[in-house]
Amino acid sequence: MIAVRTPEAIAADFPILGKPTSRGKRLVYLDSAATSQKPQAVIDTLVTYYSEYNANIHRGVYEIAERATETFEAARVTLARFINADHREVIWTRNATEAINLVGYSWGLQNVKPGDVILTSQLEHHSNLVPWQLLAEKTGATLRFIPADDRGVLQLDQLDRLLDGAKLLAISHVSNTLGTITPLDRIVPAARRAGATILVDGAQGIPHLPVDVKALDVDFYAFSGHKMLGPTGIGALYGKRALLEAMPPFLAGGDMIRKVEYEHTTFNELPWKFEAGTSNIADAIGLATAVDYLTALGMDWVRAHERELLAYALERLAPLESRGLAIYGPKDPALVSGVLSFNFADVHAHDLASILDTDGICVRAGHHCTMPLMEKMGWPATARASFYIYNSKADIDALAEGIEKAARVFKI
Amino acid sequence: MDDFYRDFILDHYRNPRNFGHLDHPEASAEDLNPLCGDTIRMEFEVDGGVVRDVRFSGKGCAISQASASMLTETIKGMRLEEIAKLSKDVVLENVGIGISPTRLKCATLGLRVAKSAAIGEIAGWPDEE
Repeated sequence: MIAVRTPEAIAADFPILGKPTSRGKRLVYLDSAATSQKPQAVIDTLVTYYSEYNANIHRGVYEIAERATETFEAARVTLARFINADHREVIWTRNATEAINLVGYSWGLQNVKPGDVILTSQLEHHSNLVPWQLLAEKTGATLRFIPADDRGVLQLDQLDRLLDGAKLLAISHVSNTLGTITPLDRIVPAARRAGATILVDGAQGIPHLPVDVKALDVDFYAFSGHKMLGPTGIGALYGKRALLEAMPPFLAGGDMIRKVEYEHTTFNELPWKFEAGTSNIADAIGLATAVDYLTALGMDWVRAHERELLAYALERLAPLESRGLAIYGPKDPALVSGVLSFNFADVHAHDLASILDTDGICVRAGHHCTMPLMEKMGWPATARASFYIYNSKADIDALAEGIEKAARVFKI
Repeated sequence: MDDFYRDFILDHYRNPRNFGHLDHPEASAEDLNPLCGDTIRMEFEVDGGVVRDVRFSGKGCAISQASASMLTETIKGMRLEEIAKLSKDVVLENVGIGISPTRLKCATLGLRVAKSAAIGEIAGWPDEE
């Protein structure tokens, strides 16, 4: 059974959170949507791999090479179970961006034809927009966008019309800028009826919500390890087996082959067909440790914890709204993951982030790699606080006090 | 860093000097900081190689906007060649105290634009016989 733990006890597993800043402040890390911190267990996994069994995989016949291969492939199984997939359907990539590009170049160039529609949304991170712009340019397809209202909530009343002629639906699970959770339970069935292939950018989904790719009924689910307690440089693409089987390789080289002759190559079977070159062995193994950590907490607990924090943040920051605090998004913890995007009076988001930094509070400021959304909303920049398992109400209090400080500095 | 936001910086941020546009600028340039989206445009009225009047426009953080505002006061009356040779020291002198490396890019955005306007205008001059 899963033991319920306090965020303070969880924070103690993350060495960086115990180290004061250069100004002697407690680190208040509120930028997990950019990258999460890593528990000691993940760090130890990397150290153990490099200090005890570093060897290349799928090649060596000696003991440490076999241990490396077994642990690497066991990591894939761990990740597959976490999302209820078959391990042959999990392709290691560098990150969500590479996973999305793999689909764009391999599946996209093979399947998308002139006049086809690629449907995405107005909330997308550049990583789930620019690859489709390129694919549309290469194939003569058209890009369409599910509109968002001024709270950042997707407007689905025209969904069937937008899906008409759609070969692909590419949509994020959770908006990185606003934290709004995409209603996949409404969008996916409509996309199925329209015959579209469905890709979900899960970079902000899988760290914060339970993910079952079969229940979601998606064809592809792309994500990064570093936002879910894992190391940087490792991510994955889930793809339905029949689709992956029919797709041509993306990158070519070693490990993805079965037999190579000078003029011709037979490719390896899934999942290795898509894993050219030596994989990021250590970080894949490290990501499995991160998954074990999250599994022990339970993803339902993670979601409930973030929901509670967001509700507390909305309540704690509400008095500042009369002094110029503008909170973006639907302000409903049921619709939003642990993200709070805001501006304060005439204090630019970068100035606000700099002032918060003096008290050890880390928030993101800027366009959050969603420049079209910022332009649409008329926000030059926003500050974004994002929460994770190690954040507590004390961190929210620190944020509120930090905004008070900005008010004093800017004489508001 | 919070020491940075002193009264005169906030004053330049909220009441920028030489803000707006010239009717017929001889030289102009604009640029943005792609990391944060801050933008600055500079326009010069030039007579005999000297900047007689200057306007800037743009949007962004207090550091970029106040630095640009102060810079317009510094460069009014300067020769274009002098502006082209300005280093970031002029910005650091204006703002008075050191700032963090990432925010230095905000502070020097106006300087980059002013230099590029000056260099562009000099490059457009006919070659001396």
